[in-house]
Amino acid sequence: MIQPASEQPAADKAAQQPRVHLQRKHGFSGKRAGVTPYLFVLPFFLLFLAFILYPLIYSFVLSFSKWKSGNMDFVGLDNYIHLFTDPLFGKSLLNTGMILLVQVPVMLILATCIAALLNSERLKFRGLLQVAFFLPAIIDLVTYSLVFSMFFNESSGMVNQLLQWLGLEPVAWRTDGFWAKILIICALTWRWTGYNSVIILSGLQMIPKELYEAASIDGAGSVRSFFAITVPQLKPVLLFCMILSTIGTLQIFTEPYVLTSGGPNNETLSAIQYLYQAAFKTFNFGLASAGAYIIMTIIAILSYIQLRLSKGGEI
Amino acid sequence: MGKGLRQDAGMLLVYVLLGIGALISIYPFYWMFTASTLTEGDIFKTSSAWLPGGNFLENLRGLESSMPVWRALLNSLIVSGVTTISTVFLSALAGYAFAKFSFKGREILFFLVLMTMMIPAQVTLVPLFIIMMKLEWINTYYALILPNMVTGFGVFLMRQQMMGFPDELIESARMDGSSEFGTFLRIVLPTMKPACAALGIVTFMNQWGNFLWPLVAVNDKEMLTLPLMLSMMVAPGNVVKYGEVMAGSVIGLVPIIILFLFFRKYFVSGAFSGSVKG
Repeated sequence: MIQPASEQPAADKAAQQPRVHLQRKHGFSGKRAGVTPYLFVLPFFLLFLAFILYPLIYSFVLSFSKWKSGNMDFVGLDNYIHLFTDPLFGKSLLNTGMILLVQVPVMLILATCIAALLNSERLKFRGLLQVAFFLPAIIDLVTYSLVFSMFFNESSGMVNQLLQWLGLEPVAWRTDGFWAKILIICALTWRWTGYNSVIILSGLQMIPKELYEAASIDGAGSVRSFFAITVPQLKPVLLFCMILSTIGTLQIFTEPYVLTSGGPNNETLSAIQYLYQAAFKTFNFGLASAGAYIIMTIIAILSYIQLRLSKGGEI
Repeated sequence: MGKGLRQDAGMLLVYVLLGIGALISIYPFYWMFTASTLTEGDIFKTSSAWLPGGNFLENLRGLESSMPVWRALLNSLIVSGVTTISTVFLSALAGYAFAKFSFKGREILFFLVLMTMMIPAQVTLVPLFIIMMKLEWINTYYALILPNMVTGFGVFLMRQQMMGFPDELIESARMDGSSEFGTFLRIVLPTMKPACAALGIVTFMNQWGNFLWPLVAVNDKEMLTLPLMLSMMVAPGNVVKYGEVMAGSVIGLVPIIILFLFFRKYFVSGAFSGSVKG
């Protein structure tokens, strides 16, 4: 079900070849076939040229320039040097990385557990439970961040009230850098765990039952077959989830913007938030463009590494 | 007998764990509705964790007087609606060409489509803002809609779906003298309803919640979309009226919940396509 973005077209192309021949043999007006496909893809490519390719090149040029009241002055690598020496940019990358390194594994482990439970053989209400777990993924980012900012309000939020009721100290969710990161991790985990568990569940359901039967005949217990069958069979799906989550978390913006405003002391400032501030608070467009290219490169490299690491398990 | 008992206990544990998880997933939704009916003083009281109040209309009136909430709802509907329709239609059109025609440059053009899927939106943010500024489109629907009218992902998805469409049907429509566009519109597109629905839902959701681009492209109160309006209400330095914020959140959430109830399976199939990054 989860097919490789890169594999499938190749397979389809192979299947398509004979058809291409057929079309030629039938030979409908060459001219008509000649222009039509170009007309059909034209709207996409016009929009692509205007709103993706042109801005992409613009951004690249900007990253080597200083923007001054509508004019661009070439400044060479200044913007990149500035970024690499600006502790705040480093901090924003580090914050993003720390949130990523904790959040993605925690979420995927949780999601796998939920998926395994949902896959229990005699489970009733499976559909209903799946809906419940999927629900957080339909809410928009600003709204759920608002709700979380109220739950985790330091003086009167529900979470601190609950902690006090349990006899614990209230937590400084927004004034302590460590806890502010935890807050963002909690929010992200609430929003995305069910979404991933629904995907992982479909992966579980695709594992052939015979594998488990064979293992059980060979005397393997359920723990043994979980690690010997389930985990390796699930690897492609988990990788799919991991790549999407990694890319998504690297681009995190709305949650720190609404929940913590990047604070306290820039402890939750994300990389994209840094770029947003550089561009639209101090209007340093060149710097923001250079940063955007750096982040795009990081995203590309990480996706590539994750794909390579999984040699065996192509998605 | 003993084994059956143990299995039952195991199942009970499964239900308890899943029940707790499901509750955590659903509760914030319930609480949003509750909080929107409470007075400012009641929202943070312990009792408000479960019980609704009777202050919804009051909160709504307060919201109406401080923010153009219905205008924001209209803006959100227009922007999400137009981008959804155009994304589905243009993606299907291009996807059809890529799937069912052989033409010079097809491979390289399709490669460009795939490339656009890997470009994070933030890279084009600044230049898009500059372009919109130069065209004097800041604070207009043009700025909110035009850059989002089609996606590489949409074209990719539609192409994959259309690969399986039987050539014979296209061929016989041609024999009957149908124009190429007519064939696409009357023969091919109607069979693609599930794919169109899945792409449409994903696009609508993404646009409904889109925050970063409207934040950059709009600052006029009359052009706010709902997420933008909500974020302004809690901006640092404001006295935040939580009841009003929650009333606004509920207004934004209801259309999505309705969509979800009617088109549940398409939300899930959208998730599998990897269109939403999380």
